[in-house]
Amino acid sequence: MKDSYKPDYRINDRVRIKNVYPQGHHRTPWFIKGKIGHIAAIYGKFLNPEQRAYGLDGCPKQALYRIQFKQKNVWVNYLGETQDTLCVDLYERWIERV
Amino acid sequence: MPNVHDRGGWPNEEAINLDNHEWLDWQWQTQALPIVLRQKGIINSDELRRGIESIPRDDYEAMPYHDRWATSIESLLIEKGILTDKEIQSKVTEIVRRWN
Amino acid sequence: MKETHDDNNTAQNHSPHPGSQPDVKLSYRASRILAIKELLTAKHVISTTELETAINSLKSRNPTDGAKVIARAWKDPSFKQRLIANSEVAISELGYALDQHTRLIVVENTAAIHNVIVCTLCSCYPISLLGPPPDWYKSFGYRSRVVKDPRSVIKEFGLLLDTKIELRVHDSTADIRYLVLPMQPTGTSKFHESELAELVTRDSMIGVSNPTLPKHRRSSD
Repeated sequence: MKDSYKPDYRINDRVRIKNVYPQGHHRTPWFIKGKIGHIAAIYGKFLNPEQRAYGLDGCPKQALYRIQFKQKNVWVNYLGETQDTLCVDLYERWIERV
Repeated sequence: MPNVHDRGGWPNEEAINLDNHEWLDWQWQTQALPIVLRQKGIINSDELRRGIESIPRDDYEAMPYHDRWATSIESLLIEKGILTDKEIQSKVTEIVRRWN
Repeated sequence: MKETHDDNNTAQNHSPHPGSQPDVKLSYRASRILAIKELLTAKHVISTTELETAINSLKSRNPTDGAKVIARAWKDPSFKQRLIANSEVAISELGYALDQHTRLIVVENTAAIHNVIVCTLCSCYPISLLGPPPDWYKSFGYRSRVVKDPRSVIKEFGLLLDTKIELRVHDSTADIRYLVLPMQPTGTSKFHESELAELVTRDSMIGVSNPTLPKHRRSSD
């Protein structure tokens, strides 16, 4: 799954998701914007879907990561257990180091 | 405010409706058409999703699932100049006449 | 916001009385898709054969395919390791492949972790192994509730999860498709692979329920 490149992040790095609402197509759900999680998997680079959505070639490729969040850090009144988590696949432009 | 398609965590207290319907012919066609168009490089999945997300809010919520896809396919084909709204409309009129 | 169901806008093949001729009308949507199909084929953008092949391919896939993969993993520990480490390569051993633009990751349920899959943004789903998704998976109800209150949702499917287990929800936001590898039911270690495959339900591969052993099949290991 991994391309041979040096990812900017490592597994377990603590990251925050950028809290922005761009006009165009993006696949970052609202509920994890601004939230803090950690890198759970490094998936390699993919053609940029935010460009591809408008017929562009999607280059340069973007690094994709699985970010894992504690549910209690995502939802104010999470009704489940403290150890429950939520995983979301996000592109590098959405992630910043904490 | 999240876009209408960005659905996680929206208020919803209703039990999940477990009814399932068998797909109709046009629905199979609607799901298969993007596969063929993708294989030919005419559209890609990201465009298809963008097309669905661009459906006006009220329409998005009122439309059943397959209708949203059909709408997106149609608007993309028009956007790319492969078909025009006029010729689709003419063909629909012809088809309806044929069926009746 | 209530969703309408697809039934509302078609009168195709609706038979008002048993034994009477079906009243075949063409719905608005059906007529538009047919129009698009005819225009595209007339312009040689696509061919009827290509479309029919794609339809047949979609129709040929169903949860028994995913079940075979799961059953193999239960029966063969080294396959299971390969399945988790590199899911796409592993499923090719059974003759399965994904659509060109997607990747597969199999996530394993354990005594400590239970996985559940959703696509909150649309309806992404491992069609190559499970066939088309059920209506509920695509519903606003599932998409909105399962990320925020997953334990209530799986309870509606009959699954009561121990409070000590981590419930892990995967939102399929990119081109990775997720398949849950459920835990093998106790009392099945001597089952043949085909018998194991019969226990694997579609819902258990989405993660909203677990495979169970029918009462009459239960025996000690």
